[in-house]
Amino acid sequence: MRFGEPLVVRETALARRSPVAKLGAATILSFALLSTLDAVAPAIALVGTLAVVPLFGIPLGRLARRCWPLLLSAVGMVVATALFAAEPTGEHLFWGVTTGSVGNGFSLALRLLAVALPGVVAFATIDPTDLADALIQQVRLSPRYAIGTLAALRLLPLLADEWRLLVLARRARGVAAHGPVSWARITAGTAFALLVGAIRKGVRLAVAMDARGFASGARRTNARVSRFTTADALLVAGAAGLAALALGVSIATGAFRALL
Amino acid sequence: MTRRDQAPDTGGGAAVTTRGPAVRLTGFGWRHGGRRAWALRGVDLTIERGERVLLLGPSGAGKSTLLAALAGLLPEDSGEREGTLTVAGTAGVVFQDPQSQLVMSRSGDDVAFGLENLGVPRAEIWPRVDATLRQVGFPYPRDRPVDALSGGEQQRLALAGALVARPDLLLLDEPTANLDPAGAELVRAAIGRAVGDTTMVLVEHRVAEALPLVDRVVVLEPGGGVLADGVPAEVFGRHGAALAAAGVWVPGFTGLAARAPGTRRGVVEDLLTGEGLTLRYAGATTAALPPTDVRVRAGEVLALVGPNGAGKSSLALLLGGLLAPTTGTLTSALAPEPPHRWPAGDLARRIGSVFQNPEHQFVTNRVVDELTLAAPRERAEELLERLGLARLAAANPYTLSGGEQRRLSVATALAAAPRVLVLDEPTFGQDLRTWRELVVLIGELRDSGHGLAIVTHDADFVAACADRVQRLPGGVSA
Repeated sequence: MRFGEPLVVRETALARRSPVAKLGAATILSFALLSTLDAVAPAIALVGTLAVVPLFGIPLGRLARRCWPLLLSAVGMVVATALFAAEPTGEHLFWGVTTGSVGNGFSLALRLLAVALPGVVAFATIDPTDLADALIQQVRLSPRYAIGTLAALRLLPLLADEWRLLVLARRARGVAAHGPVSWARITAGTAFALLVGAIRKGVRLAVAMDARGFASGARRTNARVSRFTTADALLVAGAAGLAALALGVSIATGAFRALL
Repeated sequence: MTRRDQAPDTGGGAAVTTRGPAVRLTGFGWRHGGRRAWALRGVDLTIERGERVLLLGPSGAGKSTLLAALAGLLPEDSGEREGTLTVAGTAGVVFQDPQSQLVMSRSGDDVAFGLENLGVPRAEIWPRVDATLRQVGFPYPRDRPVDALSGGEQQRLALAGALVARPDLLLLDEPTANLDPAGAELVRAAIGRAVGDTTMVLVEHRVAEALPLVDRVVVLEPGGGVLADGVPAEVFGRHGAALAAAGVWVPGFTGLAARAPGTRRGVVEDLLTGEGLTLRYAGATTAALPPTDVRVRAGEVLALVGPNGAGKSSLALLLGGLLAPTTGTLTSALAPEPPHRWPAGDLARRIGSVFQNPEHQFVTNRVVDELTLAAPRERAEELLERLGLARLAAANPYTLSGGEQRRLSVATALAAAPRVLVLDEPTFGQDLRTWRELVVLIGELRDSGHGLAIVTHDADFVAACADRVQRLPGGVSA
């Protein structure tokens, strides 16, 4: 998938870690931070994550540019919570805004960023082919699913081109919307045409894959080696350590507020 | 048993006879599930090892079905079968569309895919991948992304993906139909170089270009088995005219006398005038169309030619009033505003567009509805009659054959009676019969004062239709 400028500018030792290790590390961090409502734990985790982002070969500036929707929703969260908090606590500042509601807004925003960022970093540095290889060789996922999904993923950018042409073709036919009802009808028709085309392409691809023995049932070998190494284990351990530190400090300072 | 007895006498020859032919079909037929008609019936055919066969037949003769049967891609439960079919050994296939047969995102990985499926040990995979890539003349390293390849390069990669498994039978289903002439030539060269003594069956519309690759021609008849079989010169000498009449491309046989060049009367009327037109898609680093001047004139057929990537299709979208030029101006004699500002209804009444893929422009569930959308009932019926679609009026456009879809897409563009018609590769993948009908129709439209702009790779079509040819430079060939 192409989104303009690439996020990763150089391949580092961390970026080369197994996709399974990266996903594992991101999952551990995200779930640990979901368990608490305070601001201390996400702040520590966020600082920790941001500190290692450059080690994945991702400049922080590019990360911020890519993540602007995430930053925008974080800011929105602070504003909305500060203005509309259900139970205002703490000192009154102005209008309905109190120190408590501002604090709540910040902790929610920090939590959002701290939960999402590890996943963003993991997926930005994972090559889809490497992921499929790792899922097959390390997690023992069926190649039928892993390779099948990978092949389907290749067709996604083609669908975007297809949609553009379908929309233009409707204009060429003189089909135009006059109000929301006809817009919805035309869009549904365009989506149907896209679906028909996508199914045809998918069927052709499946036939081509079968023609190359994908459905033969023979024991499949792997052209590329994908191993879970000590370094991969260390990445997961590091994520677990950061999560433990964040939660530990949060509990020790008394800031911890369990989600449930 | 008897064979074993004879073996000492016949020596090495016995091994050959016991192996038998590469392919043998007797009374073979196939009917797709849910269909009334047989896609293929009564086929008797034997192909010896090492033969290179060109499989011909008009649209609907079952060429692709036969290839799928030989490839083992017709599961027993997907239809009804009669007669017998034996294929000695394994088959490899190259299909028409490059995009939907490449599986992996890196070139080398894609060639390795087939070997992984066969369970070939890793140590053996990469040397075989490298050797096969060299064999087909693939010019890049293994890690080249397949999306960065041209159509011709992608088809060479697909050929490598089929050959790397060392199939006993290589099946090629119109491997060059989607390519520009330069790309098609590279793929044919790769086939000629790489096939070696593998038995090959090639389906190809354009016979003249394919002949150097084959030593035998087999012609299928719709629903009637094998119509002709033999060395090319003999088959075309004896059946040439009949084959051409049935819609098969026969070398030197378009069935049309060369048309007199356009006889324009009176003053030249420019219907569309483009000056310095460029197009750059959002987010793209290079322009899809470099600065181009163009004129579409009443009573004239303008052919737009040039290599893949030169911007021909982009120019067609601009001339069709479907996109705004990034720079430059497009003006029309039909209205003061530039075409891309016209409301859709006005646009359809002034400029008709025929897309490369007919299915892109179908918006209803019945053939007749496609036309009554913009034309009064009477005109719709007249158009259906004229384009030979009257008996299909109630059919769903998606269920039509390729030739019927093409004719319907032209009819839909004509429905609102526009003065200008813009066509993008209208002869793409069409058999000779549809091709001839298009040539005649375009001549009639021109003579009745329409202005036509046609994007095409098809040199025969240009020779038969065009009054003026404009070549777009640049782009990447191959």
